[in-house]
Amino acid sequence: MSAVAPSVPKLDAPGARVTFPHVLLAEWTKFRTVRSTAWSLGVGFLLTTAIPLIPAFVTDSHWATMSAQDRANRTPLNIALPGVFIAQLAIAVLGVLMITAEYSTGSSRSTFAAVPKRLPVLWAKLLDYALVTIVLMVPAFLISFFETQAILGNIPELQVSFGAPGIARCVLMAAVYITLVGVLAVALGAIVRNTAGGIALYVAIFFVIPPLTLTLPTSWQNAIQQYLPSEAGQQMFALRHADHTLTPLAGGLLFAGYCALAIAIAAVLLRRRDV
Amino acid sequence: MLTERGYGGPVIEAHELTKNYGEKRAVDGLSFTVQPGIVTGFLGPNGSGKSTTMRLILGLDAPTQGSVTVNGRPYREHAAPLIEVGALLEARSVHSGRSAYNHLLALAQTHGFPKRRVDEMIDLVGLREVARKRAGQFSLGMGQRLGIAAALLGDPKTVLLDEPVNGLDPEGIHWIRNLLKGLAADGKTVFVSSHLMSEMALTADHLIVIGRGKLIADTSVDAFVASASEKVVLVRSPDLTRLREQLAGPGVTFVDAERGAVEVHGLTAEQVGDAAAAAGVALHELTPQQASLEEAFMNLTKDEVEYGAGRPQPEPEPEEAVA
Repeated sequence: MSAVAPSVPKLDAPGARVTFPHVLLAEWTKFRTVRSTAWSLGVGFLLTTAIPLIPAFVTDSHWATMSAQDRANRTPLNIALPGVFIAQLAIAVLGVLMITAEYSTGSSRSTFAAVPKRLPVLWAKLLDYALVTIVLMVPAFLISFFETQAILGNIPELQVSFGAPGIARCVLMAAVYITLVGVLAVALGAIVRNTAGGIALYVAIFFVIPPLTLTLPTSWQNAIQQYLPSEAGQQMFALRHADHTLTPLAGGLLFAGYCALAIAIAAVLLRRRDV
Repeated sequence: MLTERGYGGPVIEAHELTKNYGEKRAVDGLSFTVQPGIVTGFLGPNGSGKSTTMRLILGLDAPTQGSVTVNGRPYREHAAPLIEVGALLEARSVHSGRSAYNHLLALAQTHGFPKRRVDEMIDLVGLREVARKRAGQFSLGMGQRLGIAAALLGDPKTVLLDEPVNGLDPEGIHWIRNLLKGLAADGKTVFVSSHLMSEMALTADHLIVIGRGKLIADTSVDAFVASASEKVVLVRSPDLTRLREQLAGPGVTFVDAERGAVEVHGLTAEQVGDAAAAAGVALHELTPQQASLEEAFMNLTKDEVEYGAGRPQPEPEPEEAVA
């Protein structure tokens, strides 16, 4: 590291300017060049595809001795898709980190000095992350479905074709649900700007508030529960429409609405607050 | 005054810039300009609002009142901000888990700069060997070099540097000084903050001095020293005792210098010489003493140093403010 008084080389980049495609590429570079990305996504993918193997093997080996009630409780999809609940945790944590790591490390200052309009950064993070999550989760749930079907090959009652009514929708919508969870997590991270706080907010919405409604009178539960973000979102990949639940379409739209609301709040705060 | 290219006005124009953080006022009605093509030192004690001003210029923080423009418009409104201004902020601005190369690459990509620009910058600041290492493992000096590389990525005509030598070892300080000289020789506009006057003396042409968020001086380095210097004259004489009797008066003090000499405070060389002639005292030396930059700075800011934790208090306007 010699001491020099160097001349800055001339920049040969005519017409260079901040555009959304440029910011999208920059955010993609940032996303793929930290270790937590590969770890979270790798673990998320692995668990999503590995977890269903447990109920599949257990069911396969114990089917002969199972009670009628136990048998009735098992469906091809609830054996294929338990990975949803693991995947959403991994995807949510990484989504929160996408924004909060900028603030905890100070890189937010570089980021927003380069893109002082700020909002393109939020849109780029959301879009990059949604694309990555959907590209990862569609194969993950397809694998989950087909691997569990293969393991359950000896049990005709649990065999179902991918083309049967609702099956393809549930498998694919599980991936969309996880993607929306990821998007929501990015927005929560942008609102809270603190990793622990963002993750706590996510956990509260998905894991704390739903059981709390169980303490309410049944009539209230029935009225309220279906509109909670987690409950509404999970109808997207529910095969049967139970009482006091939304239809897959209504549930999906409501969940997307919650995501849009969180994004709107994040955008307003991002413009207004000091970096 | 707002033109797309060839903007001829001041590079940075702050107008009545004010920033409150809760109860605390960090910047208080600050107006100044930074002129193109010279090195402007931005000087003030720690906690006087220099970093806040830098953040306001870059649009990272929004002013409570007032405004600041860069090349005629708010920083935020530039289509390619990294080409207008490159900035090295005092606080670390790099993800500790990302390599220097990837940090610069992502910044370059926001503007569509080619990849080879990243390599040019890495070579420029001498980080080639560690470019692929995680920035969190960097020493302070390496971190500063990375920050400089980021600031120069867009080959900006204007460079903001916030306390660039703070905490650096002598080699790092030497490197930054050389860099500043290089930038100045390139004809770039440099706005560099420091709480060390001596640092400014080496490079700055012009000074903006603030204390407690307020402007104290906006002046050339030479004028600053002259205005802030007390009248001090070194006098050497074989008959100092009589000379002192002749010179004694209100506001005049004596500081013993080496043997046979005394520093007279409060009188000009002319006054001392005339008094000596009138009394018939021989003088062997009569030298006006120029205050060092550091002393001048201390004189100007002695009332403005932030003591203790931001207790709001009425602030008397400093008498010696230089317009």
